[in-house]
This record gives sequence, structure tokens and C-alpha cells, in this order.
Amino acid sequence: MKQKKLLVTMLLAFASTAAMADITVGVTVSATGPAASLGIPEKNTFALVPTTIAGQKVNVVILDDASDTTTAVKNAKKFVTEEKVDVIIGSTISPASLAMIDVAAEAKTPMISMAASRRIVDPMDEKRQWVFKTPQNDAQMSTAISEHMSKNNVKTVAYIGFSDAYGEGWAHEFAGVAQARKINIVADERFSRSDTSVTGQVLKIISARPDAVLIGGAGTPAALPQKALKEKGYKGLIYQTHGVANADFLRVCGKDCEGTFLPAGPVLVASQLPADNPVKKTALEYVTKYEAAHGKGSVSTFGGHAWDAFKLLEAAAPVALKKAKPGTSEFRAALRDALEGVQNLPVAHGVFNMSPTDHLGFDQRARVMVKVQGGNWVLVK
Amino acid sequence: MDFQIALFLGQDGLTNGAIYALLALALVLVFAVTRVIFIPQGEFVAYGALTLASLQAGNVPATLWLVLALGVAVALLDGVQAMRHGSTRRLPRIILVNLAVPALLWLVLGSADLATLPLLVQILLALAIVVPLGPMIYRLAYQPIAEASVLMLLIVSVAVHVVLIGLGLLFFGAEGTRTPAFTDGMLDLGVTTLQYQTLWILASSAVLIVALYVFFGRSIYGKALRATALNRTGARLMGISTTMAGKLSFTLAALIGAFSGILISPITTLYYDSGFLIGLKGFVGAIIGGLASYPVAAAGAILVGFLEAYSSFYASAYKEVIVFTLIIPVLLWRSLTSHHSEEEE
Repeated sequence: MKQKKLLVTMLLAFASTAAMADITVGVTVSATGPAASLGIPEKNTFALVPTTIAGQKVNVVILDDASDTTTAVKNAKKFVTEEKVDVIIGSTISPASLAMIDVAAEAKTPMISMAASRRIVDPMDEKRQWVFKTPQNDAQMSTAISEHMSKNNVKTVAYIGFSDAYGEGWAHEFAGVAQARKINIVADERFSRSDTSVTGQVLKIISARPDAVLIGGAGTPAALPQKALKEKGYKGLIYQTHGVANADFLRVCGKDCEGTFLPAGPVLVASQLPADNPVKKTALEYVTKYEAAHGKGSVSTFGGHAWDAFKLLEAAAPVALKKAKPGTSEFRAALRDALEGVQNLPVAHGVFNMSPTDHLGFDQRARVMVKVQGGNWVLVK
Repeated sequence: MDFQIALFLGQDGLTNGAIYALLALALVLVFAVTRVIFIPQGEFVAYGALTLASLQAGNVPATLWLVLALGVAVALLDGVQAMRHGSTRRLPRIILVNLAVPALLWLVLGSADLATLPLLVQILLALAIVVPLGPMIYRLAYQPIAEASVLMLLIVSVAVHVVLIGLGLLFFGAEGTRTPAFTDGMLDLGVTTLQYQTLWILASSAVLIVALYVFFGRSIYGKALRATALNRTGARLMGISTTMAGKLSFTLAALIGAFSGILISPITTLYYDSGFLIGLKGFVGAIIGGLASYPVAAAGAILVGFLEAYSSFYASAYKEVIVFTLIIPVLLWRSLTSHHSEEEE
């Protein structure tokens, strides 16, 4: 028994020295649990990324964190202690990503999060200098919505959102930008992902007679208030957030979603973007690759965040390779500096311009307004 | 709040309450007969609805593979046991029930054009796939430890729940589905409108409850279940098989669960994991009935439905808090009024 153990350890030791020269990427995604509908396309995306960067082999180790903060942290620890990764990518959701910051910073390993919360990279401090993220901030998205609202003469808005971090975050962000644009929030309601009925909330909203309703939910559960509003005869504008941007939402919501507006990453309507848009080429590349592997209409914006994370790595790794060998702490530090120096990199969701204070680096090219029309996403020009 | 809103909310509460009531009845039934607190009850709701949805999408539902696999497992266990006792004449029946019937289902599903079948046939097929899971799960998970303590059975329930949730994600994916209404459209009553689906839910729940009442009051099997619930040893001495009683109660629970799921899936989006919370609310109703009284459990479940509807209007952020806090005064009241005897476990 003891001998066997020894043999296994030796083999492992050999394996890890052999892998030393490769770039090792530790990915933790929420492929199961409540965030599974975001995590699964992300996981699928890592099967499509190139296997070499600048001639160096890339080892991608993917672990599932089950949408659970503790597991995500455990995964991150495993990456830095056992796998000795050069970069961590993950996690899918904000609470898990926030908790992983400490692990990444302590091990001085760069981390690229695929979660939305601004707090992952802001305020910039000693720890967060190791952390980058690819999804747009909620603030950018809510600005897009409020702009569209003022253009369409919306004066009063009712908000109904998830009773969790996502819904609260949107309520907070939107209240800020709405006030600046003198849009009145006349009702503020909550529902939970697992609710089977939102009649009470919807009746309250309708009795407040708002010009528009903003639904702060993600994925198919966000269809529930929309269907209830239509059923109870609401005629005003309905806005959703970018959290609903996948084909399943359209399938579940059906004709009740016609005419809905939402902000989204440009990848959602990649083929409709004007030809001079810098995002178009790379976004289309991603869509084509993903749909070739998983069928037409299967692509979602969430997988795009994973694609963008890898694009960042692809842009930064060659720079870092010139300074040090993968698997060393020098390489990790060089990779961090290189990530921070990424300029004008078009990806599926926008154009990255990183800086020491901005570890997201997206501008207004990272969002478009989209309308649901004939069961499809249509770019609003 | 004006009168119309109150009516709408009442209607909503009653609809949800009716479903909770069905689940509460199933929970009381299973607990009374087998002493199992059946946490996976809610999973049958999700399985029923999602199996129907995948039939309507024209796919062979993945739940069928589970039925086939469990069928093989049960047939092996029962077969070996029968051989050991030398009663080979039980073998044909074991094979027929556990292997032939699921295989036949497989053939039917494989040959028919599922998406174009009439809704009624689709519903019957969905039930035929999901309901056998009930007795099979009983045979595999609970029957070997039928005499264990309530706590032990509860722990097994938690395990079964976790397994079924995981399989649900594997079978149906993370996204939810809705099925089309049995009858589309609304009934205009002047002061309020009523969706036809709501009427279906209320009517079907009422019919099911009456059917259960008749079953327990009149049929020999119903009486056998009641006898087992009252006194397991006594019932066995009278020749009632507790294994049969357990399987029958799980069959009923699976039927009620799956049918509830099929009823509500046109009015709400169901996910692989949404059954748990629905089942939990049924459980609050069952607790109000002390896990013993059917009428009180049903009334309690309807109360939960109303409470949920009105609290979602007044304080939507605290809805679940309000609903589940209800259990505290109820438990307090129950522990003060009932004479607590040290259980004979």
C-alpha cells in the first residue's frame, strides 16, 4: 500500500514537472446550482478556445463550483496550491468571485472574473490589482436603459426585481441613474427566482400606472412578471436587463415578450452590427464557433464573457512570456502587468482598454439596446 | 387595495393553495403510512411538468431512462429475494411490473410522433413515466429500512431529494419550461376575469380530493392504508402487507405530485429545482394538520396560498419570510395543546 502511494506521488511529481513549461489556466464555473444557465455556456466555451498561445501549450483545468461561494474558494485554493496555475478564470457569479479575490491576491495570481458586480474590481486596492473582469458593470447597462427611457418620454417607472443580490444591485443602480434623469420610480417590488406567481406585485405595479416597467431578473424566471403584466392588461413599455439574453428566455416568454427592450452586449446581435463596428468580427467568430459545436441559436451572451476572458489572456500572455517562464511567480506578475496593459482589444462584448484604475476597460461600445421582435433579438439603431 | 385587486389576489391564493393542498395531502398520507417525511414530494411536481414539456417538444423524456434503470434494479433485488425464498412463481410478476411495463413505454414513446399527440394522451404518457418512480424509490430507498427511526427515514429522504434534484438538472437542463394551457382563454365574470386554466386547477384538485376521500372510505386498499397508518403491527397481524401499503402510498404521492406539476405548468415556469419550494409550502400546510389530519392539512395549505398572495402585494420582499414564519406559532400552539407522549420509537 505504502509503495503504491509512493509510486503515485512520484508519477504525479513527474507529471507536474512535465507540465511546468505549459501555461496552466484554472477555470471555476457554476455549471450546476442556481446559476447553471450562465455557467453551462461558459463551460462549453472553454472547449472551443485555442490550445496554444504564442506556441506555448495551454492546459485548461475546469472545476464546477455549483454556484456556491465556499466551493468556489476551495476551487481557487486548489488551483494555486495543487495545480500551480498561472491565471484563474472565474467564477460565474459575483458573490463567489468576490470571495475568491483574497485567494488570488494572496497567491499573487491574476484572476479574471466572469461575474457582473462592479465591486469585483472597484475600489481598486492592494488585493484587487490582481483581479480583472469581463462582463459590463450594471451601471453601464442601467445608463443605457435610462437613456432609452428619456428618449421615449418615460416619466414614471415601476421596478420589479429578484429578491437577491442581482435584483438589489439593479434596484440600487437604476435608482441612481433614474434620479439624474428625473425619472420617477413609482413602485419597487421584489420576487424570487422560484416563485410560481407574482400576481400581488403586478397588481400593485399596475395600480401605480407607470409609463414603463423594468424587470430586474436573470434567465427564464424573468419571464414570469412579464407574462403576468401582459395577462393583467398592462400596455406600457417593458424593459428587461441583460441577464435574460439567451434563447431559453424567448422560448419561455413567447409572444408576451414582443416589444420588450433590453441592454445587452453586442455579441447578442453580432450579425446585425454595422460593418465598421470593431466588435463585429470577433463577436461573429465566437457565435459561429459556438453554434457549430452546439447547434443554431444556442449561443448566449454569458458564454461570451468566458470567450472574452480567454481573449484577454491570449493578448496578455505573449507579452508576459517574453519576461518569464510559465509556472513561476515572475510569470504571474508579468501576466498581471500585461493584462493591465491591454489596449484596444476588440472582443465579443466590446473593446478592452485596461488601465491601473480600470480593470474592466469597457466603454459605451460594450452595450447596445435590443428589442424583441418576431421572437428574435433585433438591434435598436 | 380595492375590491377588484382583493378578488384577483384571492383567486391567485386559492389556485396556489389548491396545489399546496394536494401536496399536503400526499405528505400526510406518506407520513401516516410509512413514517417517512417525504421531502422529494416536490421533485415529482417538477418531473411531471418537465416530462410533459419534453414530450410536447417531441423528445423522449430522459425520465424514461430513470424508470428503466430503477426497474432493472428493483427486478434484480426482488428476483434474488424471491429465488432465495424459493418462490419462483413470483418471478413472472416481478419481471412484468418492473421490466416489461417500462420497456413497453419505451416502445410506445419510440414509435409515436410525440409532439402531435392529443394533450390528454401526452398527459397520460407523462404520468405513466413519472408515477412508477414513486413505488420504485420506495422499494430501493425505504423498504430495506422500513422499521428504522423517523430521523433515519428523514435523512434518507434528504438524500433521495438531492439525488433527484441532480438527476433533474442532468435530464432537463438548467432552463425552465412552460406547457400550453389545457384550455386557452379567460372567463369574463364582470368584476374579474378567470383563466380557464385556473378553473382546471381548482376543479381537478377538488375531484382528486373527493376521489381520495372515497378511496380511503370505501375501497379495501384504502382501508388497508388507514389500518397501517393507525397501527402497523396490528395491520400486519390482520394480514395487511406493510410493504404493499408503503408502495401504494408512494404511488399515490407520485401521482398527486406529477399531476400537480402538470396542472400548474401552464401558469408558471417550472425548473428542475422548483419543486422543492412548492413541496415545502405543502409541508407547512401538512404541519398545520400535525402530519395527521387530512382536512386540517388541506385547509392549512390553502391558508398558505392566501397568505402568500396577500403578502406578495403588501410586502413582496418579505413574502417567503411571512409564509414560513407561520410555522412557528402553529408549532407553539400544537405543542401546548397536544399531550406529548414519549414516542414509542
